[in-house]
Amino acid sequence: MEKETCTFSYCAKPEIVEVETDLLLIGGGMACCGAAFEAARWAPKGMKITMVDKAATDRSGAVAMGLSAINTYMGDNDPADYVKMVRGDLMGIVREDLIYDLGRHVDDSVHLFEEWGLPIWKKADDGFSLDGFQARDQGKAMLKDGGVPVRSGKWQIMINGESYKVIVAEAAKLALEHNRKATGVAQNHYERVFLVKLYHDANDPKRVAAAAGFSVRENKIYIFKAKAMINAAGGAVNVFRPRSTQEGQGRAWYPVWNSGSGYALGMQAGAELTMMENRFVPARFKDGYGPVGAWFLFFKAKATNALGVDYCVTHFEDTKKLYSPYAEKLGTCIRNHMMMCDMKLGRGPILMNTHHAMAELAKTMDAKRIKHLEAEAWEDFLDMAIGQAGLWACKNVEPDKEPSEIMPTEPYLLGSHAGCAGFWCSGPDDLGAPDHYHWGYNRMSTVPGLFMVGDVCGASGHKFSSGSHAEGRIAAKAAIAFILDHPDYKPTVKATADDIAGDLYFPFETYEKHKTYSTDPAINPNYIRPKMLQTRLQKIADEYFGGISTWYMTSKTMLDEGLKLLQMLKEDADKMAASNLHELMRCWENYHRILSVEAHARHILFREETRYPGYYYRGDFLPINDKDWKCFVNSKYDAENNTWEIKKVPYVQMVAD
Amino acid sequence: MPSFVIAEKCDGCKAQDKTACQYICPNDLMTLNRDIMKAFNQEPEQCWECYNCVKICPQQAIEVRAYQDFAPLGGNVIPLRGTDSIMWTIKFRNGSLKRFKFPIRTTPEGSIDIFGGKPEPDITKIKQPGFFTHQGAGKAMPVLKK
Repeated sequence: MEKETCTFSYCAKPEIVEVETDLLLIGGGMACCGAAFEAARWAPKGMKITMVDKAATDRSGAVAMGLSAINTYMGDNDPADYVKMVRGDLMGIVREDLIYDLGRHVDDSVHLFEEWGLPIWKKADDGFSLDGFQARDQGKAMLKDGGVPVRSGKWQIMINGESYKVIVAEAAKLALEHNRKATGVAQNHYERVFLVKLYHDANDPKRVAAAAGFSVRENKIYIFKAKAMINAAGGAVNVFRPRSTQEGQGRAWYPVWNSGSGYALGMQAGAELTMMENRFVPARFKDGYGPVGAWFLFFKAKATNALGVDYCVTHFEDTKKLYSPYAEKLGTCIRNHMMMCDMKLGRGPILMNTHHAMAELAKTMDAKRIKHLEAEAWEDFLDMAIGQAGLWACKNVEPDKEPSEIMPTEPYLLGSHAGCAGFWCSGPDDLGAPDHYHWGYNRMSTVPGLFMVGDVCGASGHKFSSGSHAEGRIAAKAAIAFILDHPDYKPTVKATADDIAGDLYFPFETYEKHKTYSTDPAINPNYIRPKMLQTRLQKIADEYFGGISTWYMTSKTMLDEGLKLLQMLKEDADKMAASNLHELMRCWENYHRILSVEAHARHILFREETRYPGYYYRGDFLPINDKDWKCFVNSKYDAENNTWEIKKVPYVQMVAD
Repeated sequence: MPSFVIAEKCDGCKAQDKTACQYICPNDLMTLNRDIMKAFNQEPEQCWECYNCVKICPQQAIEVRAYQDFAPLGGNVIPLRGTDSIMWTIKFRNGSLKRFKFPIRTTPEGSIDIFGGKPEPDITKIKQPGFFTHQGAGKAMPVLKK
């Protein structure tokens, strides 16, 4: 089908706002909040920093609801041990330079959060836990002064994190305002502006010169020209058919608004991807997707099959046969794999034995402490998955009296949690990394001036909230250095502002042109509405690329067939139609999802082994195969010609076992 | 667990340029019906139940009703977010209640002094590891031991 263009013959032409800045921050989540803070301090006189957020920064990104723990805090730990943990969990193939670098920087961000007002639990003199207020009232020291946090695991600390993002956003907004005053610009923080495309420089096609998007509140197109950009637009959720149906689709484990924009933006710019075959399938409380980490690590609960048997014991020997030496590390995907072995044998439901854990803990506690413990258990949900508390209330679940079901979710694509799908980025140059790991600017992608952080800096998972903030700060410094090293650069875009506006608003044009053809604009052969674009994508991904309906199983033949269908969906995206700004946002979000899933499927197809059992399986290559595949898989998308290059890149172990 | 707006309580955030729920929703769901000047959730199946609209509503007009594709009726979770702590009331299907209060912030809102007492960065060290805070404190960044 031929692609039409928007001439604004049917839809109203928007106002076009062009903004010239130096450093553009794409996204307003933890990573870009960190970037804003660090950049505002380093920016030399006159250097302009601009943040563009799809939502309201107080409550945007993955931490919008809050969190009950900070999962990456070194404290007395050696960052080299952190590297080992991440490598073990991600099945041996990670960028150890990036992970070590994150580990040595991250605590400073946590110290800032506490200084800014985030309540952090501290260990009481009797060994029990104090919440943030109790700790303060008892004069417990701040973490930076040697205060002792409550560890739920080796790397995690407990917080009262309902307002975590609000606090971090306050600091970021103040930093932006500091820069705005110093540079005299009218505005440098744009909320409710959704950036959907990056544009190459007219004079240097390797570089990106501009990002374009639209307001989701008013009829306005924005074109931001920048000398460097930090992309932290997040991972991809609702790309596979979810377990929930209808209303419950919103209750994704990862935030439902993360629509793969981080991947799609970088792909459009031609940045090299890495490990896009990786995905995350968390095992969480069924349907509500409430966190299990604190239950496992802090309350010491055990998960078993319905018969009370530990599936990580009964399936261990068989798992070792296929997945040694990684099975022995009992990483997240390996535990998923053993759980699924039991589920397929009909030994479900799989149960988190909260009641046993609470009974065990109660043995050492008086009534007052038990009450405190109960509050801690509920806070774990109320801080970060309120719906899970609601589900337990609806089902009359009392965790001290009965177990609760856990379940592997639909797959998600991300790079900051226990996943590592993202872009191939330069690391630091002082850690003795091999040459192909660094090219001068920390966290810069293979596109000069385009930096990747948070969910989209690849092969370096387990950053979580604090690590994403720290990574944003690392990238901000490097981006400023990059701008200073290229003082004569002036971003120039080939496309005219009208062309860009027409491109972005094309779904309006399509809708307005055709809507009266049928009596109900919902069903019309001339276009596809964003909801159905997403539904078809989810069905293809689920059935062909290893979703829940095949127990995460796929193969070359299935991937080939799915990619054929995906190609047609991609073509149909030229006919996506929007009747209002909200739908226009959904159209482009789903386009971003399609690109993210295509990268995922192509990587899975290329890697002829099962590197992540429990996340996905190549039925035609079921075992892990270190001999041929202990390497990164990197790819590059050429958006103009719709072609892919994909290759192996050597993995180098930097931290000894 | 989609949010819903209680018609009697919502006043459309009168006299303000935008409604609070519309301002805060991370997924652009809450919107104002200008005919009746009351807010509603325009896409309930994309609601993450983050409760940010519930927490911010000045009229306490927004609640959440559990997703009916998997949750039985009758449970309810209601927050009351103050300046330094949050109160939660959890009502079970069987009528029993639980109440919790948790800290949310140890400093007054708006009190952050971002760079106060912090070292100035040294631009000649911008390519070296460490944030301005590390470098200013003279902290050497660890490197991998060979």
